[in-house]
Amino acid sequence: MAIATRGSYQRVSRATGRIILHVILLGGAVTMVAPFVWMLSSSLKKNLEVFHIPPTLIPAVPQWHNYVEIFKVVPYSRWFLNSTFIAITHTVLYLFVASLAGYTFSRLRFPGREAIFTLYLATLMVPGEVTLVPKFILMKELHLIDTFAAVIVPGAFNAYGVFLLRQFFATLPDSLEEAAILDGASYFRIYWNIILPLAGPGLATLGLFSFMGAWNDFLWPLIVINSENMKPLSVGLASFHGLYETNWPYLMAASTLALIPIIIIFVVAQKYFVQGIALTGLKE
Amino acid sequence: MEGTLSKSRGLLPWQQLRWLIRGKGAERMQALWAYAFLSLSVLGLFIFTILPIIAAFGLSFVDWTLLSPPKWAGTSNFQRLLDDGYFWNALKNTFYYVAGVMPGIAISLFLAMLLNQKLRFTTTYRVFYYLPTITMWVAIALVWKWLYSPQYGLVNWALGLIGIKGPAWLSDPSWAMPAQIFTSWWKGAGYNMLILLAGLQGIPEIYYEAASIDGANWWQKFRHVTLPLLTPTIYFVVVMTFIGSFGVFSQIYIMTEGGPGQATTTLIYYLFQNAFKYFDVGYANVLAIAFFIIVFVFTQVQTKLQKRWVHYT
Repeated sequence: MAIATRGSYQRVSRATGRIILHVILLGGAVTMVAPFVWMLSSSLKKNLEVFHIPPTLIPAVPQWHNYVEIFKVVPYSRWFLNSTFIAITHTVLYLFVASLAGYTFSRLRFPGREAIFTLYLATLMVPGEVTLVPKFILMKELHLIDTFAAVIVPGAFNAYGVFLLRQFFATLPDSLEEAAILDGASYFRIYWNIILPLAGPGLATLGLFSFMGAWNDFLWPLIVINSENMKPLSVGLASFHGLYETNWPYLMAASTLALIPIIIIFVVAQKYFVQGIALTGLKE
Repeated sequence: MEGTLSKSRGLLPWQQLRWLIRGKGAERMQALWAYAFLSLSVLGLFIFTILPIIAAFGLSFVDWTLLSPPKWAGTSNFQRLLDDGYFWNALKNTFYYVAGVMPGIAISLFLAMLLNQKLRFTTTYRVFYYLPTITMWVAIALVWKWLYSPQYGLVNWALGLIGIKGPAWLSDPSWAMPAQIFTSWWKGAGYNMLILLAGLQGIPEIYYEAASIDGANWWQKFRHVTLPLLTPTIYFVVVMTFIGSFGVFSQIYIMTEGGPGQATTTLIYYLFQNAFKYFDVGYANVLAIAFFIIVFVFTQVQTKLQKRWVHYT
């Protein structure tokens, strides 16, 4: 009898504990989502309505045309296209360069392999901000200022991707390519036809982070892009902010649209994000 | 593959070179292919990373405004740095910001531990907490600028509900930096949380079982099992957060533009102003070197210190 009572007491306290956990976690989740909700709500209000006290969550009449107006007052569609183009080409180039180098470091033997790889790792110790000025001068000397190439290319040679994919390729068994070598397949064919198709998860993870990084990047494109029509969304949004400083409905509509592609990608490919985070976190 | 490819090993560099040029066979072919495959990546890394690193150090001894040709300046740039009050102010602000962001790791650890419980909906929570991390800083900074609006912002309205009259946040010199720090907590909590969660999930269950058998309560388990075994992950998170927050820029640019006054001018923001507003390339570069030295010293000190507090199993 006593045991039964204790058992049910424990069950009750465990249930209470679980409820407390959920309350804390839910509170946190609300804090995380509230700014996004506020962004969306403000984006659908009239210009004066946002200054209403107390603030309202639901706009009196949703101003959907705010989302049309922003395309008229600034070259928003052009910025959106620019960002899409930059993020996709950067990702494709990065994946190609990093996977070929990662394959070479993990599967081929050659004199100097360890030394060269150590050099790659050493470059990762220098934060990108340190080389901002020399990189800008380099772009200027190459006449690449105000071109997409300046935004797309330099980051594609980052050693981080090589490091990540080398680790990933090293987990694939050696026996895979042995048969191909006996059949006389070239190393490029082994890379292209055997290794790459098996590297799906690794490529997806790196590709997602690279796409996201390129889409969200601000400081570098701010420096190398000047003309209105060449701006990616991040830089465009910043200049929009300079022009319409207090027009919060427009600014929030423009911000909301800028976030949507990344949020969609995140929801669809959540698994790879979590995997990537775990990979980076455990590399120590 | 190991066994058949050993000929080149144990040779001196010049012997390896001769072997590459004159040698025969599959092993040499493999090495040549490897160099061909690497050429693109090595060339790119050299041009866009290694060359700029070397140049960064070289340029810091040069007077160069982009409008006039570069002139040798010796160490005068560094002298100027030491005498520049704005630099020390920017450095102070940056340390203030970094020191403020660091405690956010505790929030991430707390959340990670909650999500590590056997609970329902943990995946859903994880999505919500991670959402700020993946989104564009510029857009996030815009919405937070709006949230912090002294009269019409949601933050002061919410504070008003519990009877607190909120400050002017971003336009108040003493509240602008705390506001920036809080926004960074909000944005970064999910990232560190996921890394710490992965670390927590890597702790074998048997340690907890053993502790339970010894009669340990939850605090003892946290103090003597979780915390020590999580130190490698915590170390990683601390170093990454330090490096990341030391380079803070986008949110400063959008939300406060370094102000009010110089209250939120951080090192990279000051560098940006020097290079791309005043076109003082030489001096901006000296700031970059100062940035590098501080980050480098910090990571070196951490690497030394970690031997005392990080446990590797």
